[in-house]
Amino acid sequence: MEPVGKITPSSLSPYDLPWRVLWDKEKCTLCGRCTAVCPVKAIELGVHRKRLLSVPLNLTEKPGQVFTVYHGIDQKTDPAYACIGCAMCELVCPNGAIKPIRSRDIDKLRFHINQGGNPRRRGGRRNDARSVLDEIKFIRISMLTDPALDAGRHEFELRTLLGRILPAEELDQYEWIPPVREIYPLIIGGMSFGALSPTMWEGIQMGVAYLNEEKGLPVRVSTGEGGCPPRLLRSRFLKYVILQIASGYFGWDEIIRALPEMKEDPCAIEIKYGQGAKPGDGGLLMWHKVNKLIAAIRGVPQGVSLPSPPTHQTKYSIEESVAKMIQSMSMAWGFRVPVYPKISGTSTALAVLNNLARNSYAAALAIDGEDGGTGAAYNVSLDHMGHPIASNVRDAYLNLVKIGKQNEIPIIAAGGIGKNGNLAANAAALIMLGASAVQVGKYIMQAAGGCLGAENDRCNICNIGLCPKGITSQDPRLYLRLDPEKVAERIVDLFLSFDTELKKIVAPLGRSTSLPIGMSDALGISDKNAAERLSIKYVV
Amino acid sequence: MCRLIAITSLEPISPMVAIRALNVMKEGHDGSGMGLYLTDLGGLFESYKGLPILSGIFSFEGLEELDRYMSSQGFSVRYKLSFSPVGDPPKGTPKRDNYSIIVYDYPPSWVSLSQEERENRLMMEQLFLRKKGEQDDSMHIFSFWPDCVMIKEVGDPMELADYLGLEGREELKARVIMAQGRQNTNYAINIYACHPFFIQGYATMTNGENTAFVPIREFLTSRNFPGYIGYQSDSEVFTHILHFTHKFLKKGLATYKHIITPLSDEEIERHPNRDELRMLKHVCRPLIIDGPNCVIGCLPDKTMFMVQDSKKLRPGVVGGMPGMFAFSSEMCGLDAAIPERDKSKDFQPMKYDTVAVSAKRDEVMVWSQWEK
Repeated sequence: MEPVGKITPSSLSPYDLPWRVLWDKEKCTLCGRCTAVCPVKAIELGVHRKRLLSVPLNLTEKPGQVFTVYHGIDQKTDPAYACIGCAMCELVCPNGAIKPIRSRDIDKLRFHINQGGNPRRRGGRRNDARSVLDEIKFIRISMLTDPALDAGRHEFELRTLLGRILPAEELDQYEWIPPVREIYPLIIGGMSFGALSPTMWEGIQMGVAYLNEEKGLPVRVSTGEGGCPPRLLRSRFLKYVILQIASGYFGWDEIIRALPEMKEDPCAIEIKYGQGAKPGDGGLLMWHKVNKLIAAIRGVPQGVSLPSPPTHQTKYSIEESVAKMIQSMSMAWGFRVPVYPKISGTSTALAVLNNLARNSYAAALAIDGEDGGTGAAYNVSLDHMGHPIASNVRDAYLNLVKIGKQNEIPIIAAGGIGKNGNLAANAAALIMLGASAVQVGKYIMQAAGGCLGAENDRCNICNIGLCPKGITSQDPRLYLRLDPEKVAERIVDLFLSFDTELKKIVAPLGRSTSLPIGMSDALGISDKNAAERLSIKYVV
Repeated sequence: MCRLIAITSLEPISPMVAIRALNVMKEGHDGSGMGLYLTDLGGLFESYKGLPILSGIFSFEGLEELDRYMSSQGFSVRYKLSFSPVGDPPKGTPKRDNYSIIVYDYPPSWVSLSQEERENRLMMEQLFLRKKGEQDDSMHIFSFWPDCVMIKEVGDPMELADYLGLEGREELKARVIMAQGRQNTNYAINIYACHPFFIQGYATMTNGENTAFVPIREFLTSRNFPGYIGYQSDSEVFTHILHFTHKFLKKGLATYKHIITPLSDEEIERHPNRDELRMLKHVCRPLIIDGPNCVIGCLPDKTMFMVQDSKKLRPGVVGGMPGMFAFSSEMCGLDAAIPERDKSKDFQPMKYDTVAVSAKRDEVMVWSQWEK
């Protein structure tokens, strides 16, 4: 028996890994495409020794053995090279000779992925496919006095408002009217130039421009924290863009410099205080992705990790910080642009909201729930930190109802919307719970970029710049795989289909003349506790 | 579906005119209830113009309690129209002890009060009595306001009229009569769910279904105005939005129409008053109704009006002749109310229209949202 060699605590077999690569020797042509495409080099060409017994059918020759070799695929078991399940190998294999399969047992990799004392960091979402939003049904179907509307032929007004709305009672007494944008209620949430590849970013921007200018859908896109390409800042398309400022202030030198040359005001300014994927943690762009272009736009050296601080430098208290930053940003654009904070879903959201309610310059509150996605975060933050969005939004809305300001401060909900593909249903549920609009990021990557990430811990390597689809990579060899024109087409596809589905939801409820914000009587759920918590109907 | 008839006439008429019109429209309602709103009163009540009139249904104990309470507050009865029907009520109608319409003198301490304060206190008294009555079902209070009478009951309108002996009652003649047939069946049967609804001189009744009811209700109740309560029917919000428009926004009927059924964003862009309309649409966004509804109402100055929702429209027609006009949910109701009118001048408002007849009763005014 051959010795097995040295066994260390972290010696794992393919069986111990979350994804196991199955390879079929009979089908394999040894073309090498799979090993070339694997983003984490989980597989390599293997030269296998094989012993063959030779038993001649005569008595003159003695039986013997022949040693031969064959070539094939080996799966590495080093935690640094563990298969991520992206299945790019299967995608490129001409013969369907290889595929990853999910291990049935709980993997052992999770106990060894902190090599060097570094906890796991990754991209993606919380690794949990469950979603309360998916459980919510729309139960108030117009069947009696009000026949259901025709989603295909009826006219619908489904725009929402982004901006501070003044109290109706003070109509005609307003000294200053805050800027308000009439926009589409599905917003592309902040994914930075840097987190996303140039091709993905370009595709999104093209798609958004097309939706606005050819399809009449006033779709808006947030930049995330990474600045904005100089040409876009100086273009008429800036009006479709929400510029985000976060605690690292990346890219804001460039934005401030571009101010005098801007042809249009941006749609809004989003001040990021937190995000759902890593609440209480700052943004993170790992060094792998900080190339020359990203460094230039962000105003930083190349090849260094860019962890934003968890808080803004100005932050002494949330009240002071929000007030100061909203004031500064409002002043920069002459009070013509709505400015609003984005926070992580948290049980302290109401404190922030109440503070905003008293600040008449605050244009909205965006809340990003625990299922929000990210380009890079610690696994522990992704999986365990944060507040579910449904009850957070509901509480916030009902709190506004209590103080009579439900129309004055729009609540924007984010985090896990459409994570199981039910984008319109999830968005409509949140709107009826009280959100004025919803933001999606990961869904955009999946539907428009072809992102392979999933909540069973598939792929999720957005952080290291090796995205096999070129969505979150800054390596031209990878991002050139992604055709921006095709991304733009998919952006248009997904918004048009979302629009139809949203109508298919609101039409049977008899709603068409305004977005049914807070129409909670339309909602039901078969979980009694959830129904009680969300103040909606319990239905079985 | 509800059937509605509203008549405005220079000469006071009997509420039976409206009830008979409801009866010919019976095909469309199930006879499950009747609401009557009378204002600009003729008959005996005319001599008490300016004094508050309380309308309601009472148990005998409730009536005693009412008397005790009202005198403790300094109100004194000036006139009382009270009927305690004998015999069995019509099928579906609960047996009640007493229906009363009582005119009070203001308490002496109210004399020096401003009009606004007096109106506020009248509403608060009505709400207090309503709440008191709800505890043991001893009182149902529908209105407490000068020159206004409200009668509501569950049952078939014609049978109820017989039962209550409304035929031939000269006292109840009025120049403005609003009547609705059919209890609210969208939610539980509740006498307070019966149209017309009333608050501080504003009354409306509606047919259709208000699909945006819950957010509108939440918006109104969060105004912290004590009168914005009830909502046993999704149609009560139309009355309160009308009140909100006048009392809080200090705007008129045109604004009411723009609030409940604003022009679309694209239409507003083409409107001469686009900036104001956009602002109004933004600040009153939770009050946008989503119909389909036809709203018939009456303002404190006795202007009667009709508006439609902006998408599917319920039936609604106005017609008549100088001196008398009627607003009806059905053509046959209008025919029954004013058969001698020139039918070619009947008008059915569409989604942009508001139609109104002022207290002069000389013409039907048609106003479109596209006008300045």
